[in-house]
Amino acid sequence: MGNRCAVIGVGQTHYTTKRRDVSIAGLVREAAARALEDAGLAWKDIDAVVIGKAPDLFEGVMMPEAYLADALGAAGKPMMRVHTAGSVGGSTALVGASLVQGGVHDRVLVVAFEKQSESNATWALSTHLPFSASLVVGAGGYFAPHIREYMRRSGAPEHIGTLVAVKDRLNALKNPYAHLRIPGISRQMVESTPMLWEPIRYLETCPSSDGACAMVLSSEKAVTGTPAWVLGTAMRSEPIFRAGRDTVNPQGGKDCAADVYRQAGITDPRREIDVAEVYVPFSWYEPMWLENLGFAAEGEGWKLTESGATALDGDIPWNASGGVLSSNPIGASGLIRFAEAALQVRGMAGEHQVDGARRALGHAYGGGAQFFAMWMVGSDKP
Amino acid sequence: MRDVAVVAFAQTRHSATDEGLGESELILPVLDEVRDASGLRTFGFTCSGSCDYLAGAPFSFVSALDALGAWPPISESHVEMDAAWALYEAWVRLQHGDVDTALVYGFGKSSQGDLREIMTLQLDPYYLAPLGLDQVSYAALQASARGADRAELDEIVRRSRAAGRDNPCALDLPDPEGDGYEVQPLRPYDVAPMTDGAAAVVLAAGDLARELCERPAWITGIAHRIEPHYLGMRDLARSASAAEAARAAGVGKGHVDVAELHAQFSHEEVILREALELPASTAVNPSGGPLAANPVMATGLIRIGEAARRITDGTASRAVGHAASGPCLQHNLVTVMEA
Amino acid sequence: MPSDATAAGTTAAGAAAVPEGEARSLVAGHVLEFPGGYTRTTGPVIGRFLTELRDGRIVGVRTAGGRTLVPPLEYDPDTGEAVTGEFAEVGPAGTVESWSWVSEPRPAHPLERPFAWALIRLDGADTALVHAVDAGDARAMRQGLRVRPRWKAARTGHITDIESFVPEVTRIVSPVRTEYRVRPGKALARFLDGVARGVFIGCRCGSCGKVYVPYRLSCPECGVAITEEVEVPDTGTITTFAINNLPDPRAPEVPFVSAYILLDGSDIPMIALVGGVPAHEVRQGMRVRAVWVPEEERTASMSNIKWFAPTGEPDAEL
Repeated sequence: MGNRCAVIGVGQTHYTTKRRDVSIAGLVREAAARALEDAGLAWKDIDAVVIGKAPDLFEGVMMPEAYLADALGAAGKPMMRVHTAGSVGGSTALVGASLVQGGVHDRVLVVAFEKQSESNATWALSTHLPFSASLVVGAGGYFAPHIREYMRRSGAPEHIGTLVAVKDRLNALKNPYAHLRIPGISRQMVESTPMLWEPIRYLETCPSSDGACAMVLSSEKAVTGTPAWVLGTAMRSEPIFRAGRDTVNPQGGKDCAADVYRQAGITDPRREIDVAEVYVPFSWYEPMWLENLGFAAEGEGWKLTESGATALDGDIPWNASGGVLSSNPIGASGLIRFAEAALQVRGMAGEHQVDGARRALGHAYGGGAQFFAMWMVGSDKP
Repeated sequence: MRDVAVVAFAQTRHSATDEGLGESELILPVLDEVRDASGLRTFGFTCSGSCDYLAGAPFSFVSALDALGAWPPISESHVEMDAAWALYEAWVRLQHGDVDTALVYGFGKSSQGDLREIMTLQLDPYYLAPLGLDQVSYAALQASARGADRAELDEIVRRSRAAGRDNPCALDLPDPEGDGYEVQPLRPYDVAPMTDGAAAVVLAAGDLARELCERPAWITGIAHRIEPHYLGMRDLARSASAAEAARAAGVGKGHVDVAELHAQFSHEEVILREALELPASTAVNPSGGPLAANPVMATGLIRIGEAARRITDGTASRAVGHAASGPCLQHNLVTVMEA
Repeated sequence: MPSDATAAGTTAAGAAAVPEGEARSLVAGHVLEFPGGYTRTTGPVIGRFLTELRDGRIVGVRTAGGRTLVPPLEYDPDTGEAVTGEFAEVGPAGTVESWSWVSEPRPAHPLERPFAWALIRLDGADTALVHAVDAGDARAMRQGLRVRPRWKAARTGHITDIESFVPEVTRIVSPVRTEYRVRPGKALARFLDGVARGVFIGCRCGSCGKVYVPYRLSCPECGVAITEEVEVPDTGTITTFAINNLPDPRAPEVPFVSAYILLDGSDIPMIALVGGVPAHEVRQGMRVRAVWVPEEERTASMSNIKWFAPTGEPDAEL
């Protein structure tokens, strides 16, 4: 795992459908400046910048690290651009952490963003090349069959997805940055919305957001303020078209979790982790990932959700921030998970703080549930 | 820092036309070649570089995992940059000390689109891209700012193309001729040829590198720097970021036998030689360089691989591999390798 | 599926294992263009510049260090610090610092006749603006040349001022379009060869023995080249599916069913439409068969398969 690394600054923009008041540079600078302010640092204190985002087609700006270099104070410094599909926000944090863990830099600024309102996500994700041999309609169209298969295998009752959709939006009401803040959100409200990709209802899906998130990562000797210590980091990828691939409970996710738990000394995630920020873009992915990440036995994840254990007042809160279901600037969504995990163990999550959180999991996934990025952060130095 | 070396390198026989292979099919032979050369089937870390806009669709890197046979699931990442930066990420990862090998690859099919116009999309989306400023045009602006000598540029192209004809992987291009301009002051032959191709490199750390390769190319310095984007807000006549990266990588600490420079236009070699402070005795781009084969997204990685090859085959004892990104050499990565 | 797929006919492919047949020479145009163009919000600094531009003025912004940036950025490019809020009118005249000459303008270029690209230092600015110079002839261009802007009659607040606009400038429209000539790749071309004949071509990995459909060149699990080609039947089992209520140009109507279908003898499901049955009667485990379009309508494309329809056999166990 290399040298010690800590999160010493977190900055977020408000997430919303359209940020009409800023340029792309203005959007990323807003998050980055807040992270610097949180760390008590200035642009000149940063050694290197790592930027991540989902496909360039969203903004129509290719390899935007070139255009954004000086906007992020990177002139004369190293800068990198990460792209690992939906997991990219998480991978961006891990590439930044790696620079500290490898002893290359003392302070790294990591930033991820998406300004989806410049075009349209469904368009950008559905630009099929000629001769394509598959028929997939948007992210929901891709994931719906795997949710159906989960329901068949586990025998989960139909209302589980609704419970998650309500719980995460209730949490979002406590997060001032959240995009979807729906007063009076209820099961009835979710169940009255149409099926988009059956079995996924409209309110069981994530929104399309503009927004950016940034973190300042630091070596042990350069820590300022309140650190969240990185206890473990891992990435895993697997081929999408492997025969016999388990798309409901992918091996890549299991291996990634096992690796990060081993580094952090976690043997019983349900009891030893205080809060988890997990990439749940469709509500059914909460029970699926509860199993994949070892919080519940296979086929039992939905029972944990149903029992209320993952609610803000439960024994293992998931997505206290409202999660991807409440805010989804795609390329930043993973980084937000990692940053919210850090905020929790720094005791700085505000109204959605989980009391006494000392160890938190940040998780992101992407592609056909084949790219995984995770980290564990803690309040105590490892 | 931990000792890390290039222990294997492979590239495709690059092509000037679309040979009908998909991007992920392009990388198959180079992956096989570096696996055979290193004797490794699995790697502690894998990282790649490619570009969606080159491919014409989002997530161009996803199918590469299937070509790779990424099973059991691998520790893997991707940069939307030239694969030289994937190599940098892998080198950093090897510094952690818990893994000892890394696979790096990059690929691109420029033949599918109009590279000159695709590269417009990396410019400032408010002030530059709407002008339609294309890749050859902004390069020509830099050539003009530099005031490069025509005879010097012609000689660079002549030397690069001759070297390319001796390199089985590079294109077979004739000596430059003609006095027409593509965009004045650049002539058509000052511009790197459109090329499809891929490349792969295996890195290994410490004793393992010595076991896997008789003469590993040890990375004794690697660094990269970016500079302000807007073309009117930096000195186009020189490359401050290349000079800083070269200093950070320690290029000047010893004699450089060979330098492979990511110069996609002849005048860029002039600017880079100066920035890296290379003496006349350094052999520049003995492979032919990008002017003889430019598989975009792999070109920078190939510079590192070609420089490393001169170490592993014993023809050089100290070599430099350079990669560039962004318009007008905005972003530069310099790798120093020693026997 | 693209309707403009054509056989190029003359393409020569390299390696030995090139499949024979019509699909080998497939090529199609492919365009990436967000309809209407990207809507770019400008933020206060770029917006101020473009607003002044619309009024026929050019302004720069002062950095804390006292430089005037033109065009103005929200930050000092050297330090990353925010610029001051102080704008200053510059130019309109300026001096060419360096230039290049375009003798054959491209469609995206601002002028249709030969012109220069130039770095222009406007009077009062500390940085240079990139723009085109309409000088008529390359011989008229030189370093130090004094130039002035020629304003469009109808200005809108765009770096090129190409369209008229009335309200305050808060955004620009930036069309982004890239064109490609795309070929299917060797493996997919071989598969489409089969589809053109009404058969599914797959392959068997010599290492793990798994059968893949569509045909591919390497095994995703083993990473080795695959050489054995197999044909699999056009019958199979639905492993799972989605009922789509959002319209898609590739589907006949909503709701439509997209399903994972495990073809008999294959080890990996492929995604296809299911038809000939009401959406809500589709089941996991249902047995289906491909419905091919009539032979005379077939091309080397997936549109040859209209959809998969139930065979009426008992459901398979999953």
